Order: sequence, then structure tokens, then C-alpha cells
Amino acid sequence: MNLEVVKLAAADNQWGAIFPELMLACLALALLGLEIVLPKKLHVYIPDFALSGLVGTLAGLLFNFRPATLGHDTFNGLLHHSEPGQVMRAFFLLVAILVCVLARVSLAKQKMPRIEFYHLVLIVTGAMMLLAQSNHFVMLFVALETVTIGFYILVSYFRTSTASLEAGLKYLVMGALSSGMLLFGIALLYGVAGNPDLPAHTASAMNFNALAQFLAANPHHFLASTGIVLVLAGVAFKIGAFPFQIWVPDVYQGAPTPVTAFLAVGSKAAGFAVLLILARDVFASYAWLVMPVLTAMAAATIVFGNLAALTQHNVKRLIGLSGVSHAGFLLLGVVASATVPMAQGAIYFYLFAYLIASFAVFGVMTHVAGANDSDQDLDHYAGLAKESPFLAAVLAIGLGSLAGIPPLAGFMGKLFIFISAFQGGARWLLALAAAGVVISIYYYFGWIKAAFFEQWTPPADTADPRPARTPVSFVSGLTLGSLALASVLLGFYQGPLGQWLTMK
Amino acid sequence: MSQLPFDPLLLSIAAPLALALAIALGLPKRWSVLLAYGAFAIPVLMALHVWFHFGDVAKDHGYAFLTRYSTGLDGLGIGLKLGLNGISLPLFVLAALVGLAAGLYAIQSGAERLKIYLMLLLIMQGGLMGVFASVDVFFFYFFHELALIPTFIMVGVWGGRDRSYAAMKLTIYLTLGAMVSLLGLIMLYVKSGAQTFDLIALRDHLAAHPLGATLQHNIAGLLLFGLGVLVSLWPLHTWAPLGYGAAPSSAAMLHAGVLKKFGLYGLIQIALPLLPDGLAHWSHPLAWLAVIGNILIVGLITIAQRDLKQMIGYSSVMHMGYAFLGIAAGGIIGPGGVVLLMVAHGLSVALLFLLATAIYHRTQTFAMDEMGGLAQKTPVLAAFFVAATLASIGLPGFANFWGELAIFVALWKFSPLITALAVAGVVISAVYGLRSAARVFFGPSTEALAKVTAARPPADLGWPEKIPALILLAALLFVGFWPKSLTGPINAALTPAAAAPARVVPSAPSL
Repeated sequence: MNLEVVKLAAADNQWGAIFPELMLACLALALLGLEIVLPKKLHVYIPDFALSGLVGTLAGLLFNFRPATLGHDTFNGLLHHSEPGQVMRAFFLLVAILVCVLARVSLAKQKMPRIEFYHLVLIVTGAMMLLAQSNHFVMLFVALETVTIGFYILVSYFRTSTASLEAGLKYLVMGALSSGMLLFGIALLYGVAGNPDLPAHTASAMNFNALAQFLAANPHHFLASTGIVLVLAGVAFKIGAFPFQIWVPDVYQGAPTPVTAFLAVGSKAAGFAVLLILARDVFASYAWLVMPVLTAMAAATIVFGNLAALTQHNVKRLIGLSGVSHAGFLLLGVVASATVPMAQGAIYFYLFAYLIASFAVFGVMTHVAGANDSDQDLDHYAGLAKESPFLAAVLAIGLGSLAGIPPLAGFMGKLFIFISAFQGGARWLLALAAAGVVISIYYYFGWIKAAFFEQWTPPADTADPRPARTPVSFVSGLTLGSLALASVLLGFYQGPLGQWLTMK
Repeated sequence: MSQLPFDPLLLSIAAPLALALAIALGLPKRWSVLLAYGAFAIPVLMALHVWFHFGDVAKDHGYAFLTRYSTGLDGLGIGLKLGLNGISLPLFVLAALVGLAAGLYAIQSGAERLKIYLMLLLIMQGGLMGVFASVDVFFFYFFHELALIPTFIMVGVWGGRDRSYAAMKLTIYLTLGAMVSLLGLIMLYVKSGAQTFDLIALRDHLAAHPLGATLQHNIAGLLLFGLGVLVSLWPLHTWAPLGYGAAPSSAAMLHAGVLKKFGLYGLIQIALPLLPDGLAHWSHPLAWLAVIGNILIVGLITIAQRDLKQMIGYSSVMHMGYAFLGIAAGGIIGPGGVVLLMVAHGLSVALLFLLATAIYHRTQTFAMDEMGGLAQKTPVLAAFFVAATLASIGLPGFANFWGELAIFVALWKFSPLITALAVAGVVISAVYGLRSAARVFFGPSTEALAKVTAARPPADLGWPEKIPALILLAALLFVGFWPKSLTGPINAALTPAAAAPARVVPSAPSL
């Protein structure tokens, strides 16, 4: 490759197109710089700096929501900027902001270095944003690995806790396995698509457009099918779909609560953003293979997630396994999206509703948790409604929305998915999903029951086993209050968001 | 003046909800209670206004007071469309009246954490007004769930014996019912091809392109199962007595009196005009389930009850059997009788729950074996209870009589055998109704009761308790003596609905 080609390639690099990601990277480095430069007593303001930087980036992104590059490829086809991509970018920034708010509460209970945590959150967020816009397997893999490696550290961040370290190790081993499968799948696809004996073979088989053309010309190739299944398996690890959900309960329990929230919402949404691109566009001509695989996966995921969550007593495991069932509902939407245009909008709405509800619940969890972050039992919630009505109300709204109870946002998400699934003809899957919703009521309401209905009588002989509750500060109160309110309002009135979703 | 400067239907939904939001945002208790009187009274004023003017306002497809508000889902054919026809009008009035009675009773009860209790009750009230004012099937379901959620919390927090278990059971059963009926509604939405949840548009569309017979059977089956659970159709009724037994009085009044009618209302308003063959297909199994299960089996179980509140709970399950029979019988007079019975039963069961709690406050127990002779000490309470019992048995002069009579008349054409069995049920309800009145109020006083009354002599009904009871009793008598005030609109609404949609199969076979 001579210099001219490199120059030509460089001319396509439009750095302005990834301005938000660059902002995050600079912000992340600035945090480390500030830690060195600032005197120790000013370090408490660094998280605020990160938070305001994130809010600023989100505001900038929303202000310039339709940049000139929208609808185009940049960086020689590494990235494709689309409207869903913009929506996911805003989604991940919102997730990062909420993770930072939660981290302020949670990290205050530990003797840990703080700044690196925010640094990693920023890096991982930037990588997720790139992931949602990737148009090339190299981009996809690099971004995915950045996310995963960031999470290895974040999951085991509470290094004095054995549970956190164990979770980190489990995530490392399982993550490596899934990366291996993904990479093997990519290699197979690349190899097959580069085979000069086949029609429409291409030298740039990593590029999604070229690969899609090749797959359309060879709709029943065995090696390509194997590659596709392996790639799907790699993505299924990220979203925690059956049978790749085994890491979920342990990792969710061991990880610090803000990281659990980040995994549950951010990582899962990133997985679905990738899955939507792959299943709908790249592997479109292999729908005969992809859709049955995803259908079976969705059915098993819904059943497994709901049944496994039934018996949990640790709330982190409970919400982890209930998150598995949510992945199943979202997969139902992905299956429907093959034929129903509205399904894609339904998935985005579901993700936003899930974000709002999950962070409300996780926010309450950070306040109820004690110094031992992995030990959060349902019993710790006894008497919450009496002692802290605000937290209890936020918890009830969050869990209600997760359970999909009208008039909360989660119900609208489920309704959109159900309607599109019915239109897509996935009847039996829909019946299964409805059964899953009924089952999920049991464990979500068990949690609400623990917080509201149970009278707490402190044991006479031993100390109160419930950890002391953190008082709600202004920032976290405001955040939790607006999340709860958003859950209610989005259920009643979808407004322009609803119009955007249903016009597709 | 029949024209108000605002939308009376939207106001009666919004007023309770707005106050609930204000309480959630931290309105002080004194103001909450004071404003709650207004928030419960506004729906009644609006309901009386629309009832009074219903005859003379312009109507579209039988719907008066039509308005539509966009919520951003027009692409899916969902919008908040409000209006009343002859079927929803009586229930709209019922919801407002029972809501006022329940609200007044809650305010005087001085429950623990009264503010939150009132907030939940207001949400329920707003949802109920919405259920019957919605012309959009989606919002009809949505408001039902909105009203349902506070029930779970109220049973769980303020409930009596077994409240935790009762709340859980109630939640799971009712979610199951709601989920299955949601599937039915989605199926109807997608398969109708009309791309809208608007009931009027759906009706027009399906009148022009009726659904195939199999499809109608399937959708009607889903709706009957789902809504059947919500209305406590035997054998999925077990949540009802347990839940009502545990629920605090105002929640039981609103749920048993009004919210439970949602399922029947859905069948009459949605399934009957849109899926006539579907309902006709299931009418025989439905009628047999209702008469053997709800009326005879549950009726005998009701006789055996010792707990006053559970007895009322079982009796309400039993009366739902008559409503199902009316729907199965079909025609105009059957469903019309059901609407009338729904109103009558809603008023009488709410009154019974209210009085049961009033009795509890005087005897400290719901066990009927431990009462007796209360009539000497509390004659007014006794008079109210006997009147409510007679109403619920279906004595002429009360609204219930007309509802049951119309259903029996329609049922005779459907199946004389089932009619005979159903009439036998009336005897059962007379047995448990009169027996309960006798055990509580007449005969010698028991030792347990003597102990309680010696410690705290029971006072008769005071005005704070009497006013809500009087509202309900007056409405029962008003409809009982002047049923035409409701049957006029009901007839007008059912006549075109039963005649217009084209049938795929000729009418259902009869025995």
C-alpha cells in the first residue's frame, strides 16, 4: 500500500463525525490529568467534572442531532451514521450520566480510588457509541473489546471484596470465550467471502455492505452459515441470552452496583444495537437461518429468565435474571423486525423504558446497600416504605415499569413489542412472552411486598441485620425523582417520541 | 345548559388524578383531605350533568360528548378518544357515585397514613372514570390497569387478615386475566385490518368486513377467558372472596362495585358488536359454567360462610353468574339486563361492604357467629343492612330486580333448563342474605359480643357514615322505581349494535 492510498484513505476521515466520542476520550484523559495536577482535597470535584462533561456532550449531541454526515459512511466505511445510531449514542450518554450518579453514592461506602472508575466509564461509553455505529467487523470487534476489557476492570473494581474479584474472573473467562467465538465467526465469514471461486466474492469482506452483497449472492453456503451462527453466539453472550446467560447471576451479584446497572442496561443495549444491524441488514439474506435461531433463543431466554428469577433472594441476582427475561422480550422484537418495520422503533422504546426503570431500581439499591455491596438481600428492604417513603415509591414505580404494568413506560414498551410480534406472526412466542409477564409479576411484587407490606420487628438478641440506609442527597434525589416521573409520563404521553417510533 | 365550557369527561378523569399527583408531590394533609371532597364530588357532578343532558345532545354512532386528544401514537391508531353511549353512561354514573361514597367513607375512616390512602383511591377513581369514558379500546384497557394497581397496594398495606397473601394472589390472577385479554385485543387490532383502536372506527370497519368464523371464535375465547378471570368466572374466582375479605372497605367498594364490571362491560361494548359469532359460539359453555359454577356451587359456598366480609365477597361472585347468563342469552334484553344489573349490583355490593366495615367497628369481628342482637343497639345500621340485603336478593323496588328480571326473560328463550337453575339461585341468595341479617342483627347477643359491647357500647350510624350509605341506597331506590331513566339509553345503544353487524353463521343452536 503506497502513500497515495493512505492519503486517500485519510481524506475520508471526518473527525467531526465522531466528535462526541472524541469528547469522551479527552474528558477521560483530563480526569487522570486533573488527579495528578489538583491538590488532594479538590479531588472530590473530579466526579462532578466528569458528570458535567457528560451532560455537556449529551446536550451537544441533542443540539446537533442531524449532522451533515447522517446517512453516510465515514472512515472508509468503518462507521455508518444513521438515525438509530444517533438515538443509541444519546442512550449510552444517558446511561453514563446515570452510572456516574449512582457511583457517587456507591463509591462513598468503599475505601477505593475514585477517579479511575469514572475514567473507565467514559472510555467504555465512547466504545459503546462507536459500536452502535460500526459498519465493519474490525470496528465492531475493536469497539466490543474496548467495552469488554473496560468491564473486566469495572466488575472487579471493589478489589477488597472477594465476590467482586470472583465476578471479574468469571466475566473475564466467559468474555474471552465469547470473543473467541465471535472472532472465529468473523474469520469464517471473511474467509468464505474472499474465496475467488464464489460469486460476488470481495476483498473487503469485513465491510458490512460488501459482506451483505456476498451473502445475498450465496444464500445457502454452509461455512457462511457456521460463521453467522458463531457471530450471533458472540453477541448473545453480551445480551445474556440463553444458553449464554450462565455468567449473569454471579457477575451481576459480585460487580459494584453501578457497574451492574451499566452491564444490565448499557452492555445489553449495545448488544441489541449490534444485533439489529447484523440481523436486519447484514445477515438479511440468511433470515431463514437467523430468525429461527433467534426465535428459539428468545423462547428459551424468556422461560429461563423468569423461572430462574422466581427463587432468588439476593436482589442483584434477581434483577440480573429478570434482565435475562427482558433480553428475551427484546429478542422477540428483533425476530419481528425482520418483517415488521415498526418493531425497530418498538425495540428502541423498550430500551429507553428499560433504562429509566432499571436505573430507578438500581438507584434505590445503591442507597439501601451497605458496605458489603454483593450482599443485598430482599429482607434488607423490610420496612422501607415506613422509613424512607421516597425510595420505596421510586422502587415501586421502577419495578412496576419493569414488570410492564400500565400506565408505566415499561407497559408501552411491551405493548409495542407484542403488537409488532403479532404482526410478524410470532404467535406462540407471544403467548410464551405473555406467560412470562405473568410469572414475572410474582418476583417483582415479592420485592415490592418486602418493601411495603412487611412489618419490620427488629430481633431482640442480635443487631439489626439490615445495613444502614444512605440518606438521599439532592443530586440523587433529583435523579431518582425524575426517573420515576419519566416512567409515569412516558406511559401516559409518548408525544413526539411516539410519533417518531410509529411513523417508520 | 347542555354546553359546558370544558370537556366534562376529561375533567372527571383529570380532577382525581391531578389531586393524586399533587398529594404525591407533597401536598399537606389538611389540604389533601379538603380537596379530596372536591375531587370525588366533581365526577359525580359531571356524571349527573351528562346523564341529564344525554337525551338531547348530538350523537355520533350513539356516542355523545365525543372528544379526541392525541398522545403521539396516532401512527398506531391510538388516541385518547372520550365519549359516552347508552351502555357506558349508566356505568359512568355508577363509577362516580360509588367513588364519592368510597371517598367519603375513606375520609371519615381516619385510616393510618390517610394521605397515601386517599392518593391511591383517587388514582383508582380517575382510572374508573376513564374506563367508561374511553371510546378507544387501548385506553379502555389502560385505564382499567391504572385503577387496578392501587387495589393491590391498598390490599397489601391497609388490608386485614392474610393481606400479604391476598394481595399477591389478587395480583397474579388479575394480571393473568389482563394479559390474556390484552392478547385478545391485540389480535382483534391486527386481524381487523383497520389499524386503529378506535371503537367506532373498528365497528364501522368490521361491519363492512366481518372477521371469519374461526378468527371470531379464537378472539372471543381469549377475551372470555381473560375478562372472565377479571369478573371472577368460576372456577377462576378464588381471588375474589379472599381479596375482598382482606381489602380495606373503600378499596373493596370500588373494586367489587365498579372495577370488576370492566370485564362484563368489555364483553358487551367490544365483543358483542365486533364478534357476535364468537360470543354465540361460546354462549353455551359460558352459560353452563355460570349457572353451575357461579350461581349454584358458589351460592352454596356462600351459605356456609361465617365471615361477613367473605360472605359478601362470595355473593358478589355469585351475582356475576347472572351477568354472564345475560351475555350468553344475547339479544337486546339480555345484555341490557346485564348493564342494569351491573349498576344495581355495584351500588348494593358497595353498600354491603361499607356496612360490613361499620359493623366491624362496633363488634371488632367479622365472624357472624360472634354477633347477634345488634339491631337493638344500632337500629339505623340494621335498617340499612336489611335494605341492602333485600336489594341484593333482588326484591322489587330495588334496581337489582329489573336487571335480574330482564336476564331471566332473555334466558328463557335461550334455555328454559338454565333459567330454572338460575331462578333456584335466587332462593339460595335469599337464604344466605336473610340468614346473615338474622345472625348479625337479631336473636340473642353472644357472649363474645357482650364482652366487646360492655367495653365500648356501640353507637348507631353517625352522619359521616350515613351520608355515603344514603347516596348508594338512594341511587338503588331511584333506579328501582324509575328504571326507564337508564333503560332508555341502554336500549338505544344496544338496538343497532345487535342488528347491524353481518353474521357469518346463522344464529346459535338452542337446546
